[in-house]
This record gives sequence, structure tokens and C-alpha cells, in this order.
Amino acid sequence: MAEKLKIGAYWAASCGGCDVALLDINEKILDVVDAADIVFWPIAMDVKYSDLINMHDDYIDITFFNGGIRSSENERFAKILRKKSKLLVAFGSCACNGGIIGLANLASRKELFEIIYIDNETTPNPAKVVPQTKSAFGDETLTLPEIYDRVRSLAQVVDVDYFVPGCPPSTERIEEVLNAFISGKLPSKGTVFAFEKSLCDECPREKKDKKITKIHRVHEIIDNGECFLDQGIICMGPVTRGGCGAECIKANMPCTGCYGPLSDVKDQGAAMLSAIASVISAEGERQLSEEEEKEIMEAIKDCIGIFYKYSLPSSIFGGKVKSLTEGKGGKHGEKR
Amino acid sequence: MTEAREIENKGYGKEGLSISFEPEIISFCCNWCGYSTAELPSAKKEQHPSNIGMIKVMCSGRVEPEFIFEALKNGADGVLIIGCHLGDCQYESGNYKTRRKILLLKKLLSQFGINPKRVRLEYCSAEERQNFALVIKDFIEEIKKMGPNPLNEDGRK
Repeated sequence: MAEKLKIGAYWAASCGGCDVALLDINEKILDVVDAADIVFWPIAMDVKYSDLINMHDDYIDITFFNGGIRSSENERFAKILRKKSKLLVAFGSCACNGGIIGLANLASRKELFEIIYIDNETTPNPAKVVPQTKSAFGDETLTLPEIYDRVRSLAQVVDVDYFVPGCPPSTERIEEVLNAFISGKLPSKGTVFAFEKSLCDECPREKKDKKITKIHRVHEIIDNGECFLDQGIICMGPVTRGGCGAECIKANMPCTGCYGPLSDVKDQGAAMLSAIASVISAEGERQLSEEEEKEIMEAIKDCIGIFYKYSLPSSIFGGKVKSLTEGKGGKHGEKR
Repeated sequence: MTEAREIENKGYGKEGLSISFEPEIISFCCNWCGYSTAELPSAKKEQHPSNIGMIKVMCSGRVEPEFIFEALKNGADGVLIIGCHLGDCQYESGNYKTRRKILLLKKLLSQFGINPKRVRLEYCSAEERQNFALVIKDFIEEIKKMGPNPLNEDGRK
């Protein structure tokens, strides 16, 4: 009998939802364990880091890596797993584009520590202790991984073979990857396991001529079953890859963009900005005045939080520019 | 290298010293107004300032927010978009769309921590050469006051 294939899975800075999604394939998992051994999966098996480090290079056939790169530990294991695996898959939005945790790039590490450990009213911390990478207790020194100033996606740290976006990835797409892997019919490197067309393509809602004069939040209107954008609700559908089965839409919630930007778009938020600007318009031939347009846009309170919910680290700016240059300048009159 | 020379190379000076910072500006010009104006011969043989790099687009509505982000990310100190006067768009409503895009883009830029005044939308027609020159001059002055793009503090050669 030929040697069984070997699968690994790892979580970096993530919530654990992607690992659960791997199990959501139900009975399909039996086919997977028939064809392959799971050799490394910290959330589900009793494995030690030393087991992984002792494996020879390219020992694992495919590794599903979920979570963003937030700390020195995340980066270290991304690099180790790259060495130990023939194929490395960025699994889930965080590994693909930075994910929700990537919104931490709106603040520097220092600012985050201050908010969490010092200024937080429910965290009494009179000594103002923040996490240190090294602390000495008598003769002993304890170490902790270093939290980085910036969250990065997996591809910004190591070479990635395939991308499976989604928060979490849908069961059909996971099955697609596993089938391709088990049958040995893998697509070319860099393939994103999602559709090339936008979510609107598979959205069941009726679309009309988009003209909106007011932007609403979901709880502010009574849903009439038409396209969310037509109703004035921000839906990331036009700039997001399809492939998820429009599950949020079927549950009457607008798309928040977890499948990431389309292949010809670099910056999901910039594309969404363009889409929103195009639909804001008065009925008929009349054009809105600048004041009216400003008033409509006033309703969008958190542009980055909405437009870049899952893709801030892989966007053009990658995060707040202020914290990018922190400690370097501040003397040139730029208003900050 | 002397200090003065160093400052000149970096493009900005310490407070009190004269500032020799020359901004680099990217301008997206609509083919039917801004770009035609820029090509018009001047009676006085005036030249446009060399700070400005012009990119021709068929309509200001073609300017994707992504282009502007890329320009700023790559170190442009300012981005100027020239469109036709409102109501004069060759494609009916391209410039209205641009206006909305820029309004929203400025909101986003402030959240990113970039001064939204680094991006400016101006309207002009194909005959307004003088007006066009004034707009450029004014924008360069404004950017000079603002200083270099914070994304480019180390990258400037």
C-alpha cells in the first residue's frame, strides 16, 4: 500500500472558527482520514511544537494555516510550517487578507496596550504593567512572544500556494480543496478557491437601477427583499468574491466582504468607495448638490471598519499612516 | 555632507531654516479639459511647474480611488484631479461621480491619518489656461506648507 498523505493545520492569530469549519465537512472527514493522516493540528490533537520541529523538510503534504501574523510566535511557525510542508494553504480571511484582527492596524501596539491594560476601567492596573517579552523572577527568566506593531497576512510573511478565503470558508469550497488534494488534481499555484465573479452574481435578491438618497443601517428599515444597496444599506457584494453561497444574504444580512477583493482589484475598500459613490444619486435627471451628498455620506461613520473589515493589512495603505511613521517624524506640519 | 546639503536633499528643514521642499504632484487630467488646457500654447511662453506629473484620462470619472491611494502610497505629496465644469461632462455625469468619490475618499483619508487636503478636485474648461496655471500654483503652495507626504519621509531621494 502506498504511503498515506499527510495533512497539517495550524492557527496563528485567529478565533478558532476556521478550525471548526474544517470539521464542518461532516462525513467527508472520513474520506479525508481514509486518504490521509493528520500529523499536526494543535487545536484537535496532542502534538508538541518539538514534534513539528523534528519533522524533516517537506514532511507534510499540505498545511491549512489560519489566522493572521500578529506575534513573533505566529511568524516563527509560519516559517517553520512553510519549510515542513510541500503545500501551504492560507485558510480563512485572516490568513488570506489579514481579517478582522487586521483592524488593529488602526492603532500602534503602544496605543493598543494603553487601551487594553492601562486605560480600561474594568482592568485595575495601578502599576501599569503591560506584556513584556522577558521578565525575571529570581534566577528564572520567563519569556513571551513579542506582539508586533502591525498585523500581516500569511502571504506577507511566507510564500503561499493556495488561498481559501472566508470567515470561515464555506463547506463547499473546503470540500473542493480537499477533493483536489486527495485526487492529486491541484490547480496552478496562487489559485484562490472562490469565484472570479462578485457575490452579486450568485445573490438571489432582485436588483434594480441603483439610486439612493439615504444610507441606512440594517435595523432602520423594513426589508422589502430587494438588493440591499437599492435599499440604501451598505452591502460589500459588488466588490467581494462569490463562492460563499450568499449565506449572509439568505439570512437577510448584507455582505461584509469576508471573501476578499476580486482578482483584478487590489484594494477592496477603494473599490467599495467607488461603488458607493456611484449609487448615491437623486431620482431622474436632477443632480444632488455637494451639501446633499455630504449629508448622505455623513451616515457612514466608520469608513475603514466597513470597507476594510477583512482586508486592512493587505490594502494599499495597510493600516493607519500615523502609526506607520510613529517615532520617525512629526515635525513637518502634517496635521495628525 | 554638510547639514544644509543634507536638509536640501531630504527636502525639508528644521524650524527656522528656509524650506527648500519641492513637492511631487500627480495630476489626473480629463482629456477634454485639463489635458487640452495643459497643451495649449502660452502667449508668454510660460511653462507649467515641473513639480507636476500629468496623466491623461478620458474622463475624471475614470479616476479610481485606487489610483489616488497608489499615488500617495508611492510617495506623491499631492494628487490633483482636473475635471470639466459641472454640467459640461462629455459623458453627462462623470464629473458628478468624481465629486462624490472624492468627498468619500477624503473621509477615508482622514481616518487613515493622511491630510485630506493632499487630494484636490478642480474643475476647468479647455480654454482656461490661466485659471489652470493658477490652480497648479496654488496647490503646490498649499502642499509646500503641509510638508512631504508622511509615507515618504524616508523614501525621498
